[in-house]
Amino acid sequence: MLPARATQRAAAASLFLHPAAKPILFALALVPFAWLVYGAATDNLGANPAEYLSRATGDWTLRFLCLTLAVTPMRVVTVTPALARFRRMLGLFVYFYVLLHLLSYSWFDMGFDPGEIARDIAKRPFILVGFTAFLLLTPLAATSFNRAVKALGARRWQMLHKLVYVIAGLGILHFFWMRAGKRNFAEVAVYASILAVLLGWRVAQALVKRRAARSASDPRRSPVHG
Amino acid sequence: MLIKSSRDGFIHPASSEITPPALYRDRRAILKLMASGVAGPVLASWASREAFAQQAQRPGKGAALAGAKSNVPGAMTMEKVTEYKDATTYNNFYEFGTDKADPAKNAHTLKATPWAVEVDGLVKKPARFALEDLLKLSAQEERIYRLRCVEGWSMVIPWVGYSMSKLIEKVEPLGSARFVEFITQADPKTMPFVGSRVLDWPYVEGLRMDEAMHPLTLLSFGMYGEVLPNQNGAPVRLVVPWKYGFKSGKSLVRIRFTDAEPKTAWNKAAANEYGFYSNVNPNVDHPRWSQATERRIGEDGLFAKKRKTLVFNGYEPQVGQLYAGMDLKKNF
Repeated sequence: MLPARATQRAAAASLFLHPAAKPILFALALVPFAWLVYGAATDNLGANPAEYLSRATGDWTLRFLCLTLAVTPMRVVTVTPALARFRRMLGLFVYFYVLLHLLSYSWFDMGFDPGEIARDIAKRPFILVGFTAFLLLTPLAATSFNRAVKALGARRWQMLHKLVYVIAGLGILHFFWMRAGKRNFAEVAVYASILAVLLGWRVAQALVKRRAARSASDPRRSPVHG
Repeated sequence: MLIKSSRDGFIHPASSEITPPALYRDRRAILKLMASGVAGPVLASWASREAFAQQAQRPGKGAALAGAKSNVPGAMTMEKVTEYKDATTYNNFYEFGTDKADPAKNAHTLKATPWAVEVDGLVKKPARFALEDLLKLSAQEERIYRLRCVEGWSMVIPWVGYSMSKLIEKVEPLGSARFVEFITQADPKTMPFVGSRVLDWPYVEGLRMDEAMHPLTLLSFGMYGEVLPNQNGAPVRLVVPWKYGFKSGKSLVRIRFTDAEPKTAWNKAAANEYGFYSNVNPNVDHPRWSQATERRIGEDGLFAKKRKTLVFNGYEPQVGQLYAGMDLKKNF
């Protein structure tokens, strides 16, 4: 039993710990961006490129959010501690794509007109929800480097970064609301269920931990019945 | 009339849109040729090239369907026509999916022949028209209309068809007929998204009698000099250029004259968002977004500011009187 599984794990770990692993992931994460720039430059984004860019950058924001939130469950479930190396980079790519999303909205749709944007936010609650999610994500991106973790202290840093769960909820609400006009919720459901599984796993983990801690502090209750 | 006014549909926000610079330069070249005395033979080839350009182009794969240029006031906008590729790959036709790229992918299953349209209700002569007879009912005209979608984008489409009034006159509506209901095809076998919960099927639209009788209201069989592609509503559809695009029902199967306002598809789905009239109006916002501006597909670049939407989509001189005295904010 041991050899096969253990060697597999060792192989995976050495792959993820390889010095080229991070640069490769970095390059891969830029592929959608490069694809969109190429499409825009060659007029290959369909009849309404502005709409295409807004939607595609929104989609990629959600995808990177799912990937980022999948790192910890994957790391624990597959016992691959090396995966933790990629979490920050993936998280920063969420911010990268949401910035592009905001940029294409405010540039292509609103012509960088602050009055227009303000009116639009008042008119369309889903824009407000999306914008709030973006604002909440900003301090997370800003405190992603090591010195910030030290300055805040691990505990406070972690508390702050739990905001990502709120952000994920707002992101899904934003997407749901945007699709509500056409009542086309198939894709929304896909992202919502992925995020539900990833967040549900965390809730389950927390419950298990709390139970373990309680039974450890209460000698009368055995862990089996606890 | 020599002096064009907005009554004739002469709306062009930028003077550069009137004559393409290349043609303008050609004219100078012609003057030079005239001066040099070799104009005769050269002009002949220029004239034939011009004649070719005037012909309806055939950019797609559909059968040719030509129409003579329409004389109806407002029916020939001078604006740049949207590219065929954009007009046939960016469509709202929910029977084939809700994404605007879906209809072009899915509508090949639609069977546009044989086809018939039932015309009944409050009329003296109800009839079932086979497509062939409907095509010949009146002379086909080419009409270049602006198309403004409620979603905030627009196109300019060269349709082929004739005024709906020609068909209406044939069936002789009774005095009690006050509205016209347009019922479109809803065949789950050929339309994969009929049955989805987005809307009630069939997709139904409606007009007031005077709107339906207005000469600009078009019964269309073609576009770009060809029969309608499936995704654009083959084989016969309605085009009402001063209303948001969804009012122009596609793939019509039945036209019914009634005394009560028809229950239209989007109005049933969201009455507070889509009124019966749904006239293009920059001053009446959709509850969820502004209608003040629009993006002209294929023309306004990525970085261009969106253009201002016009009242009645620019057809106010022709249709404004239909709504005299009506509160357009209430009757949106």
